[in-house]
Amino acid sequence: MAEKTRRTPLRVLIAKPGLDGHDRGAKIVARALRDAGMEVIYAGLRQTPEEIVRAAVEEDVDLIGLSILSGAHMALFPKVLRLLKKETGTKIPVFAGGIIPDEDARRLRRLGIRAIFGPGASLQEIVTTAQRLARGAA
Amino acid sequence: MTSARGTPTAAAIVRGDRRALARAITLVESGDEAADRLLRAIFPRTGRVPIVGLAGPLGVGKSSLVNLLAAHLRAQGRSVGIVAVDPSSPFSGGSVLGDRIRFDRGTGGPDVFFRSMASRGAAGGVAEATRDVVRLLEAAGFDVVLVETVGSGQVDVAIRGVATTRVVVLVPHLGDQVQTLKAGLFEIADVFCVNKSDLPGSEIAERDLSELASLGAGPDGWRSRIVRTSTVVPSGIPQLWSAIEAHEGFRAGSPDHAAEQRKRLEEEIVDRVRDVVSRDVARRLATDPGLRTLVDQVVARKLDPRSAADRLVPKGRR
Repeated sequence: MAEKTRRTPLRVLIAKPGLDGHDRGAKIVARALRDAGMEVIYAGLRQTPEEIVRAAVEEDVDLIGLSILSGAHMALFPKVLRLLKKETGTKIPVFAGGIIPDEDARRLRRLGIRAIFGPGASLQEIVTTAQRLARGAA
Repeated sequence: MTSARGTPTAAAIVRGDRRALARAITLVESGDEAADRLLRAIFPRTGRVPIVGLAGPLGVGKSSLVNLLAAHLRAQGRSVGIVAVDPSSPFSGGSVLGDRIRFDRGTGGPDVFFRSMASRGAAGGVAEATRDVVRLLEAAGFDVVLVETVGSGQVDVAIRGVATTRVVVLVPHLGDQVQTLKAGLFEIADVFCVNKSDLPGSEIAERDLSELASLGAGPDGWRSRIVRTSTVVPSGIPQLWSAIEAHEGFRAGSPDHAAEQRKRLEEEIVDRVRDVVSRDVARRLATDPGLRTLVDQVVARKLDPRSAADRLVPKGRR
């Protein structure tokens, strides 16, 4: 039996909004966060912003990670942020990964996406950032 | 009222505030003291609704069945709370909770609440906090609670103490008839569900289980039902629910019902005492320098562990 006194694991939701089916990146990040001791709720493909926010509320997560490679990030991410604010009134930090042009990334950061990882980002970097963001929320 | 990261009130949970419920589940999972207060407040509201546990090996389709059962219940106008348990890593303590991916968008809405849970080191198919999380869902007013266990092996029968009806989910070709005779998982089933019945061999699995059931009823007098289902082209779901309801009806009418409930609560009290005492002893061993010498003696083989334990639990309370 695990000792009761250990720290409660951080909970993170990993989801793919929109219609692209490329989920290898999301799965690898989920696995890396698991190995870093987090509880990763993997919501999978083709999630609407409403479903993502609903999952974040029900699962009471400390952090949300969105993966997207379809190019629809400028439509979907701001909607997730808007709904999240409306439904929770608070700021569960959101980070993102995928194919996101620099200019869009800058705009998304201004809108409140806390970190954005593109191709070539190291897992270590993603894990460290996720831990920092999640702890800030807890 | 609740702030997202604050402590929810029992009243907010009972009112159906989803964020309060979600937060309360987190507190219960982490063994927070605020959770004890909440659980005390809601306890009188519990013990009334069907709590259906689904157990069985990994990959047999438990998550898909939970999804279809939830849709079936919603079509009947009933609200559903769902807890799905997946394993925690013994190495990192982390986990990937993936049962939500089978959860159909159409099933969403205010009448359904889905929560993923990590087992956090507990063996047996459910987490230590699962029983109390189920109670929170009951208090929040859901008409039925579904509990999906960790993909289990032969002995993962902890769902027995949580659910009012246990469904053991199997698929064709899991083994011969002797498997059905073995102790453990097969003994706790109120309903057997042969899933993936679109695959060849499901008739044989059903026949083997029917013969098992025909050997006699369980200690409570209930004879397990067997249902064939498929989740690819959904079939058998209404029959599965009917079998569950039949068991719920039997249970309510059984003369042993009150005694069974009493026994379960008794077991829970004992579990709780064991928890509290062992936690207290672990803390004292770690912090009290006097007790360190006690452990030193055991390490030096001058004292045996039983005698050391006797010294830690005061006389008269043993």
